[in-house]
Amino acid sequence: MNDRPAVSITGLTKQFKAGVTALTGIDLEVQPREFVSLIGPSGCGKSTMLRIIGDLIEPSAGTVEVNGKTAHRARLDHDYGIVFQEAVLYDWRTVSKNIALPLELLRWSKEKRQQRVNELLGLVELEGFEDHHPWQLSGGMQQRVAIARALSFDPALLLMDEPFGALDEMTRERMNLELLRIWEASGSTIVFVTHSIPEAVFLSTRVVVMSARPGRVSAIVDVDLPYPRTARTREEPRFFELVTEVRERLAGGEVAA
Amino acid sequence: MTATLQRRAVDWGPALVVFVLGIVAWQGLVVAFDVQDFLLPKPTQIAQTFWDERSSLWHAGIYTFKEALGGFALGSSLGILSALLFANFRWLGTAFMPFAVAANAVPIIAFAPIMNDWFGLLNPFSKMAIAAVLCFFPVLINTLRGLTSVDPRAIELMRSYAAGNVSIFRRVRIPASLPHMFAGLKIASVLSMIGAIVGEYFGGPTTALGVTILNASAYSNFSVAWAGIVLASAFGILFYGAVAAAERLATSWDPSRRDFQTE
Repeated sequence: MNDRPAVSITGLTKQFKAGVTALTGIDLEVQPREFVSLIGPSGCGKSTMLRIIGDLIEPSAGTVEVNGKTAHRARLDHDYGIVFQEAVLYDWRTVSKNIALPLELLRWSKEKRQQRVNELLGLVELEGFEDHHPWQLSGGMQQRVAIARALSFDPALLLMDEPFGALDEMTRERMNLELLRIWEASGSTIVFVTHSIPEAVFLSTRVVVMSARPGRVSAIVDVDLPYPRTARTREEPRFFELVTEVRERLAGGEVAA
Repeated sequence: MTATLQRRAVDWGPALVVFVLGIVAWQGLVVAFDVQDFLLPKPTQIAQTFWDERSSLWHAGIYTFKEALGGFALGSSLGILSALLFANFRWLGTAFMPFAVAANAVPIIAFAPIMNDWFGLLNPFSKMAIAAVLCFFPVLINTLRGLTSVDPRAIELMRSYAAGNVSIFRRVRIPASLPHMFAGLKIASVLSMIGAIVGEYFGGPTTALGVTILNASAYSNFSVAWAGIVLASAFGILFYGAVAAAERLATSWDPSRRDFQTE
């Protein structure tokens, strides 16, 4: 399974009914264990692309494969977990039961679910909050529950749509560190949509720069900063160089379009 | 615990003061202006009648409340069932909801004499039927709104887990609709008592509360009529309170009904 790309997109185009072309001629391959960020101006179709990978909307043309299967098959096989900008927790479920929801759907036994939830509570550092309801948690904690839920069934692929966009800068930087820790521990592949250039550079192995109207890939920046990355990484000259490069690519992409 | 009691007292204190002052003012004004009994009896007189007639009033109240309860159960369950059908089969909803909304504006109470004709004057079902029709629409409309106004991402998330339609209803749409459904049920609880009483105004057994009120006023027995009205109100308020209590139990997770005290 590891020799197949985690995500393979060829000739992807998406037109909405109103005649808006959200994406055109996208080719992209994501290898297992990669952390790929999609960055671009609003309306460049990066969230649309994520939803197409997740088979939540259909492409107009082109093919999308996840783990060597069609995106549809991959969704039915629980090959990916998804996290949105808002945590989208189910208010009537406790933290534990939110995390265990995908496992219920997979018909895991109660003991197995309980055991897995305990592991995940440790992973996202929410021990002691298992019986709380979502409204009792801060925004950052809610988002960690959402991440734990997405990881619960150990999907090979994690799709994240601006998961930290609604958080304040300090919480966001802490969550970035936690996400890298979780990514390294879980061995999953992550496709991550963001508006923030420093966030994309800090997290990713590769940054895919997109341009808008119609959305296309305008550049791919390899991030050669070593892992594990720490708060120190943000102060290194190479980090600033890469941030500048992504910023210029973004600006260049817009001029060219 | 004492803190909770204290908070309750603070919450309810002002309303209690207004209630007592209102009763005192009523009594005072009736005495001061020497208001005739048939216009407005004194609260003390109503209380006296209430005590003297407690047995017959109580039985009449229970009789009518049972009709209201039956109508509520029937109308509300049909309302919830229809809402589930309309939410699942959108074309059904598109076809029927305009009529449901229009019917909600119809003065359904006007059908009470017809129901008495259909099911029989002395048959409690004729009053249950009118109460049921009254309950049906607010429960249907509110429950349907709850079932269909779920955060689209909550549904997307379920689809990402490859969840089927039944599972999405059971795990997301139905629990998410509970606050709306209870809003409808609370309206219905009050309407069911109104439906039963008004149904009885168009005829029913003398053991019914509506008939008791009607006869008492016909024979100028105004303090009995007033005592009946007070009892009908008490049943209505208690029923509403019971539904509201069930709501608090079923939707304790709902952030919008939290007073956000720290635990």
